[in-house]
Amino acid sequence: MAKPMKIRATMAGDVADIKVLMNHPMETGQRKDAKTGQLIPAHFIQNVKAEVNGKVVLDAQWSVAISKNPFLGFKVKGAKAGDKVTVSWTDNKGDHNSAEATVA
Amino acid sequence: MNLTRRTFIKGAGAAGTVAVAAAAGLLKPTQVLATEWNKAAFEAKGVADALKAIGATGAADSKDILIKAPDIAENGAVVPVEVTSKIAGTSAIALLVEKNATPLVADFALSNGAEGYISTRIKMGQTSNVRVVVKAGGKTYNAVKEVKVTIGGCGG
Repeated sequence: MAKPMKIRATMAGDVADIKVLMNHPMETGQRKDAKTGQLIPAHFIQNVKAEVNGKVVLDAQWSVAISKNPFLGFKVKGAKAGDKVTVSWTDNKGDHNSAEATVA
Repeated sequence: MNLTRRTFIKGAGAAGTVAVAAAAGLLKPTQVLATEWNKAAFEAKGVADALKAIGATGAADSKDILIKAPDIAENGAVVPVEVTSKIAGTSAIALLVEKNATPLVADFALSNGAEGYISTRIKMGQTSNVRVVVKAGGKTYNAVKEVKVTIGGCGG
C-alpha cells in the first residue's frame, strides 16, 4: 500500500488554490543500482486525476521526468469553501492511491 | 493524518462502480480511453514526435503563456516549474524538456473551472529549453524558457 499524500486547498478570492504532495520514488529506469550494477526498473506515476465535488478538474498523464515525491499545484475557479477535493494517482505497476481534503 | 483505510475502501468502491458501469456499457469506450497513458507520446525520442503524438502540431508562439522556472538549476533532479496560461479556454497544458531522453514530461487536461495554471517539479538531464504547449479552443500555442542545469552541485 502506498504511503499517504497531502492535500492543501485554500481559497484565494474566487479561486481555490490546491497543492498536492505525493509519496512516490519516481524511478526513471535509467538509474543503476550501485551495488549490483543492474538497472533499477522504472516505477512512476502515470495518471493523476483531481476532482472537486465529484467533477473532474484535472486529468494528467506523467512521465518519469516528474521529480521524486511529486508536487502538484493547480487552481480551480468557482470552487468554494467546504468543497471536497479528491486526488488520485495510478502508477506503472498498477499501484494506486487517493486522498481527500476540504477547501478551507 | 491516517486516511489510508477509509480512502482505500472508498477507492475500491469507486473503482468497482466504474468497472460495473463499463461492463454495462454505460460509459463510452472513448471516456475510458481518455485517461489511458499515451505510451507513444511519452516514449517519443524527439520533441516533434512527442507533440505529434499528443495532437499538438503547428503551435503558435504566445506571450500569454508564462513559464516560471529558475534560470540556473543546480539540481537537475528537482526543477520547480510554474506555468500560467492567460489564454481564454485553456483546456490542456503539456510540459516538455527538449533535451531529455524522452522530452514529454507531462500532459495536463483541465476542465470544470480549472484555471490555466500548473505548478510542479521536474527532472532535467542537462541544460535545455523547457517547452510549454497549451491547447485552447482547438488551437495550440507554445512558449519556451531555457533552464541551465549545473550537474555536480558546485553551483557553477
